[in-house]
Amino acid sequence: MNQSIIQWFRFGSPQAFYPIAGRMIPWFWAAAAAFGIAGLWISFFVAPTDAQQGEGYRIIFVHVPASWMSMFLYLIMAFWAGLGLALNTRLSGMMAQAVAPTGALMALLSLWTGALWGKPMWGAWWVWDARLTSELILFFLYLGFMALQAAIDDPRRADKAGAILALVGVVNIPIIYFSVKWWNTLHQGSTINLTKAPSMAHTMLWGMLLMALCFWMYSIAVALTRVRAIILERERHTDWVKHAVE
Amino acid sequence: MNAFFATVRRDLLLALRRKSEVLTAVFFFVIVTSLFPLGIGPEPVLLKKIAPGILWVAALLATLLGLPRLFAADHVDGTLEQMALSPSSLGLLVAGKILAHWLLCGLPLVLLAPVLGLQFDLDAPALGILTLALLLGTPLLSLIGAIGAALTLGVRGGGVLLALLVLPLYIPALIFGAGAVEAHIAGLGAGGHLSLLAAMLALAVFFAPWATTAALRIALE
Repeated sequence: MNQSIIQWFRFGSPQAFYPIAGRMIPWFWAAAAAFGIAGLWISFFVAPTDAQQGEGYRIIFVHVPASWMSMFLYLIMAFWAGLGLALNTRLSGMMAQAVAPTGALMALLSLWTGALWGKPMWGAWWVWDARLTSELILFFLYLGFMALQAAIDDPRRADKAGAILALVGVVNIPIIYFSVKWWNTLHQGSTINLTKAPSMAHTMLWGMLLMALCFWMYSIAVALTRVRAIILERERHTDWVKHAVE
Repeated sequence: MNAFFATVRRDLLLALRRKSEVLTAVFFFVIVTSLFPLGIGPEPVLLKKIAPGILWVAALLATLLGLPRLFAADHVDGTLEQMALSPSSLGLLVAGKILAHWLLCGLPLVLLAPVLGLQFDLDAPALGILTLALLLGTPLLSLIGAIGAALTLGVRGGGVLLALLVLPLYIPALIFGAGAVEAHIAGLGAGGHLSLLAAMLALAVFFAPWATTAALRIALE
């Protein structure tokens, strides 16, 4: 095995990862703030008022990135969980555990802002549309993952049990994504499409992408902060933690 | 394959020696479905409309009621460890246990559903679709539930946690199962819904025993 791969594997150890995560966190916070300010400025002052939806549509600048993040974070959580199950690395389980609350937050935020958008546009806080329902299921899956991990005292067993649950739940992600095609209901089809030009103003798209980047950076910063706390808690019996805390 | 059938036979035998446990879940199903008309009112049009959903939700909850028993007793008396150590694969034995669980908890619901459907004024073809949907759906519920039962084995507050883990995963089965009957009543044909239900069942038959086995090994560590 060559030198560079060994270098990467070194960060799989909580002891090596703890300080480097600490050094990365301020950068991610700074990036989150920069993207957030730029994104909010575009979404509130630059993006034009929508012809049909008026000013109310501006909530999508929070709603869409939150929905994306809630799905991405589940995949990331399942990725770490699967890695932990396959390679039996300690840090992977901790990462999965650290990502889950942020994912749940994003799912809740997505549902909440969706309700705020739905009231003026559809005249209802909630409709039983496929995408809304799948997002709600995703939220439940996050809650189930966190509840299962919290219920098991032995952290190693909690990691592995949670990993299996996360991988089973990953089946839900394609259902969310394709639900728009499966059930043809109230929710409008997705406006951003990789194959054809987006049917929205370019400034709106930029605002949304900047906000999505802001949410990414925020999620990474928070997850790293949380994983540092989890590392300290689980490795509290070791010497290096005693030195690190001092 | 012998080990598979031996496990099915053993679990059926154990359940038949103690019939009350199995019958409780069945009576739960009957009582819950009978409560809805009392709460909602006896209008036939409304009852006919909500019948598939009610029967499906009741079947979901009745299946859930039987799930903690799937592995708990074998875990407590050490049988499960013996199964894990036995020369035949644990996955096969687990599949046998799941099949036995479906025969005890799922099949009675399928057989009872047409009778209960009559209470809701469903006509004969709709009853047929309902039974067919449950026949495809209840094994799916047992298979998915087994993963949850294995994950929560010996965990604090296991029963409530099991519901939290398993019920969200049951939602697609509920949507397509109840949707099949509704589509039939609406004159759209139930073929698509039943096909999707069968596809999910095929997927679960392949993956669920495997995931359950992995979860059991973690619980036995």
